[in-house]
Amino acid sequence: MSLTTAHSVVAPSANSKRIAGVIIVAYALISIVPLLWIFATSFKTPPDSIAYPPKIVFQPSIEGYCNLFTTRTRQTPEYINSLGPATGFCDETVRKRNMVIAGPSNFLPRFVNSLIIAFGSTFCAVFLGTLSAYGFSRFKVPLADDLLFFILSTRFMPPIAVAIPIYLMYRELGLSDTALGMILLYTAVNVSLAVWLLKGFIDEIPREYEEAAMIDGYTRLQAFWRTVLPQATTGIAATAIFCLIFAWNEYAFAALLTSGTAQTAPPFIPTIIGEGGQDWPAVAAGTTIFLVPILVFTILLRKQLLRGITFGAVRK
Amino acid sequence: MAEIRVQNLRKAFGAFVAVQDSNFVVEDGEFFVMLGPSGCGKTTTLRMIAGLELPTGGQILLGGEDVTMRRARERDIAFVFQLFALYPHMNVRKNIGFPLLAQGMASAEIRSRVEETARLLRIDHLLDKSVSGLAGGDRQRVALGRAIVRRPKCFLMDEPLGTLDTEFRDLMVHELRELHNRIHATTVYVTHDQMEAMSMADKIAVMNHGVIEQFGTPREIYDRPATMFVADFIGSPPMNFLRFGGGLAKGAKEIVVQGAKVSVPEVREDIAPADMALGIRPEHIRFDDASKLRGAIYGTEYLGTTQIVAVETADGIIKARVPAGIPLNPGEQVGLALSSARLSLFEKSSGRAVRTAMYDQAAEARHG
Repeated sequence: MSLTTAHSVVAPSANSKRIAGVIIVAYALISIVPLLWIFATSFKTPPDSIAYPPKIVFQPSIEGYCNLFTTRTRQTPEYINSLGPATGFCDETVRKRNMVIAGPSNFLPRFVNSLIIAFGSTFCAVFLGTLSAYGFSRFKVPLADDLLFFILSTRFMPPIAVAIPIYLMYRELGLSDTALGMILLYTAVNVSLAVWLLKGFIDEIPREYEEAAMIDGYTRLQAFWRTVLPQATTGIAATAIFCLIFAWNEYAFAALLTSGTAQTAPPFIPTIIGEGGQDWPAVAAGTTIFLVPILVFTILLRKQLLRGITFGAVRK
Repeated sequence: MAEIRVQNLRKAFGAFVAVQDSNFVVEDGEFFVMLGPSGCGKTTTLRMIAGLELPTGGQILLGGEDVTMRRARERDIAFVFQLFALYPHMNVRKNIGFPLLAQGMASAEIRSRVEETARLLRIDHLLDKSVSGLAGGDRQRVALGRAIVRRPKCFLMDEPLGTLDTEFRDLMVHELRELHNRIHATTVYVTHDQMEAMSMADKIAVMNHGVIEQFGTPREIYDRPATMFVADFIGSPPMNFLRFGGGLAKGAKEIVVQGAKVSVPEVREDIAPADMALGIRPEHIRFDDASKLRGAIYGTEYLGTTQIVAVETADGIIKARVPAGIPLNPGEQVGLALSSARLSLFEKSSGRAVRTAMYDQAAEARHG
């Protein structure tokens, strides 16, 4: 029997590579099926979406997207016939179901709320995280280890465990159902992750860079801005993705603390079900659109993301 | 350009004293080398002169001005780091121009100054290259360029050749000294490599355990080491030590080592009986069968023009540097003749050199 270690120098054999490949492909397929199903459902008509056995091949329709972005009222065929010609594809589709478009739905404002809150909180968490990580990395902070442990300890329990106190606090402070309140909350949850991740990245940047800049006539802040930040971009990008994914997907706090003007997309999407029957295509359409920003962001920064995930696992 | 004056400089990190009461003056335009083993406090001293570390006590004067507590950027000095600290996200031109940008200089002037500096260092063809693709020597030149482009009061260099290959290193030692001869910038250079120190320095401070053991020209340090540490640290192979006992009286011109009488430079102080050491450089030993100081040849190391001969005596191995042509066989008995005028005497307990005519002559020459 031969000894193998995590840093085995023996290249994996063709066979083990093949097995690994099969496992990865199988896992990817299993993971992607629900997504594909949602994507397909978003282009089905409501009857097709609940057909049994499920339809794999169907006539695509954008009715789900029409229903997602509009509110509709049921009318008598006589009334509908008395109206002028349909103004667009959605109008036409809706009339076939004896309905007329009453106005835009809340989906777009909720989606915009999600964008503002997720990107806002990500920016705040990464900004604060970078500065404190730099501080911990470069200065002799009294009780630095205890402080870092305290920062980490905020993640020991699921954030939702403190939902009730936060709900009461927010009600007192007038932060309930405000974008500011949600940004503050997600920032607080994410900042510990940001500090720890970024501290690792900044520790890797030799201090000589800032020292050289400071000797050459720059202040510490300028040196940080011009020499540390450009080299920390990989770490900052990786951290930003993690923070963004959390803030974007967060459901529980959003459902508890927002209901109207500041409601984000995750608690809004399920409410679509209730409006005029179980409108699965509209729900699926909302979910599909909801996935797009995070998908784009992740694809753009996938290299940094990989580096962030494997961070610390590979020694240079 | 300016003179650097360091007075009673001290630095403690908690209970550990990195630098103790350092005093030295680097004159305007001088190339000054701090030499010592790692952990001796030389880099800490340099960082205090730069303002990257604040001293626990003492003063640093730059061109007569007290800068002890001033920020690094207010001192008008340049620093070359061991790992060069070239900014990887900037090209060569931007790296060299970076200090000028801090001064708010117009971009046209930055451009011409950077190009002038690059020509001086013969790297003008690399200006628009990325620094990450450069060879070691060129990275070093870019780091130097960033230092000299600003025309600062002085240059501080922290083992700038430490990471280079031997081949590059010899070339850069030559280039650095040549550059210094052209621009006459006051330079403080830190190294643990005696070859670099000896071949570049106007003055050397040899440091050990936070203390400057000796401050002087390379020649003084080599010929008249002030302590046994310096004698042992400088020279390859280092100075040989032969034990002898008993006191020394002022005016004595002879000592007894291993039963052999050895004449030495005239002793200028009285020393109470104690363990003593006679210090002798390998090249000041000749083989002479008439000598009563004897040993057996243990091995030889052929170096082309000379050979290093290890001789086993009653007091351990002694190394002699003799012309390569002398035929010698291991085990052969030889007599060792020492060049009397070049011998040093040390007190073993303190390591301090005994004042002799040789040291006094040097002191007279310096102060006269």
